[in-house]
Amino acid sequence: MKTENQKAWFFVLPVLFLVAFNALVPMMTVVNYSVQETFGNNTFFWQGLDWFEQILRSDRFQAALGRQFMFTAIILAIEIPLGIIVALSMPRKGIWVPVCLVLMALPMLIPWNVVGAMWNIFALPKIGMLGYFMNDVLGVHYDMTQDPLAAWITVIVMDVWHWTSLVVLLCYAGLVSIPDAYYQAAKIDGASPWAVFRYIQLPKMKTVLTIAILLRFMDSFNIYTEPFVLTGGGPGNSTTLLSIDLVKIALGQFDLGPAAAMSLIYFAITLLVSWVFYTLMTKDDPK
Amino acid sequence: MRKRSLIPIFYILFLMLPIYWLVTMSFKTTNEILAGFTLFPQTFTLDSYITIFTDPTWYWGYINSIIYVSLNTVLSVAVALPAAYAFSRYRFLGDKQLFFWLLTNRMAPAAVFALPFFQLYSSVKIFDTHLAVALAHTLFNVPLAVWILEGFMRSIPKELDETAYVDGYSFPRFFIKIFLPNIGAGVGVAAFFCFMFSWVEMLLAKTLTAVEAKPIAAVMTRTASSAGYELGLLAAAGTLTIIPGAIVIYFVRNYIARGFAMGRV
Repeated sequence: MKTENQKAWFFVLPVLFLVAFNALVPMMTVVNYSVQETFGNNTFFWQGLDWFEQILRSDRFQAALGRQFMFTAIILAIEIPLGIIVALSMPRKGIWVPVCLVLMALPMLIPWNVVGAMWNIFALPKIGMLGYFMNDVLGVHYDMTQDPLAAWITVIVMDVWHWTSLVVLLCYAGLVSIPDAYYQAAKIDGASPWAVFRYIQLPKMKTVLTIAILLRFMDSFNIYTEPFVLTGGGPGNSTTLLSIDLVKIALGQFDLGPAAAMSLIYFAITLLVSWVFYTLMTKDDPK
Repeated sequence: MRKRSLIPIFYILFLMLPIYWLVTMSFKTTNEILAGFTLFPQTFTLDSYITIFTDPTWYWGYINSIIYVSLNTVLSVAVALPAAYAFSRYRFLGDKQLFFWLLTNRMAPAAVFALPFFQLYSSVKIFDTHLAVALAHTLFNVPLAVWILEGFMRSIPKELDETAYVDGYSFPRFFIKIFLPNIGAGVGVAAFFCFMFSWVEMLLAKTLTAVEAKPIAAVMTRTASSAGYELGLLAAAGTLTIIPGAIVIYFVRNYIARGFAMGRV
């Protein structure tokens, strides 16, 4: 049982100062930009909410948002079930456990621009392993610099390669915490493997799955470096996800006002969806 | 061998293919890489590695990265510990809201916040220092560290705290002598996650540094020159970025499985 103690605030203060310094000041700057227009020389004019209206109405933003939701939906639909399946079939004891864990965690430890760069060359026709295999061995025409579908597949396969292990590690940690007695009881009752999964393993994994889904949602919704290095948003605009579009506006065209408005809308959407996930998944937790 | 173990084997094979390819590419000459796909290096060369280990810009890139990542890990865990303790033991005004607010800091699109970050860190005069990157990375690492540590602390019964007070321990002594050893695995897991996310992040690291604290990920853009990409060098540098992570994960591998199993998570 937790006790009520307002002095606990002092324990939280260091975190508050640190995060507020990092979060509030940049956030205020962005809010400032989003309601102002500038003609250079650091003179700003009040613009009101025009940028917000302009962004929300623009086809470009709606298209990028659509692609972003599609991307996130696809990778969640692949990575979460795949992560659960791999975690379920991993050995529980023995020397293979550390081997599996270390090997599986390797992709996550590679800096994001390196991931993008290595997959870029990996997928090139003729010189990359994947490109060579698809074009010269299987005879499928596959070129992500030309074909939007190939670019999409490459971006998704890269993300699955990069992040499924996070789901595996979290689920595995949830699974090893289940006492053997549960399985023995299930065996005596003659439970099918599906019943064991549905009534023992899945409930035990619920908290780790909450973390996995939330982290994967947030990070995939904000993904920037890897797809940018991989495809640069192309061919055309086909893989221009929200962050890539945002940077194009902010740093490419230096339209700070619209970019700031767009990032606030973007942030609000992420926040809203995460909050819905968070409340849905923790609503029957005993607190 | 049971049929079930085929799934992890295939999965690991899938993970290893691009890595194997990156490592072999680092032993090839750029000409061989561009000439076409080969499974093994035809002309084995260590030139790329020699360049990296003899050129100060290259190896300082690694040293800079390691400095700010370590700084960030220590800082994140140090401030997250008391906060996680407060969240796991007490109820106070706005605790749940605060917890979710912390979480929201992972959601801010870093791509756009990079510019305000640059302005902020320039105005407090810590631009291009290791501290700047370490501080910036706490934005997304501290919330995660608090979250993980809170889960571990919650699984420690409150009676432990009370017994210690009855025995006459002061709070700091209790926290360091008794409480910390009990959640050692949690600290390991939290530190690992901080290390990992700080090591791989590069947008903020690149924006907040120029010369003195330039991370390896930014140095790597040097491989693209007017003469085209030096792919061998890029591959060698990429291969070397995996090694520190692999060492860290080797040491915490037991904590990760056993550690998570202890707590709520």
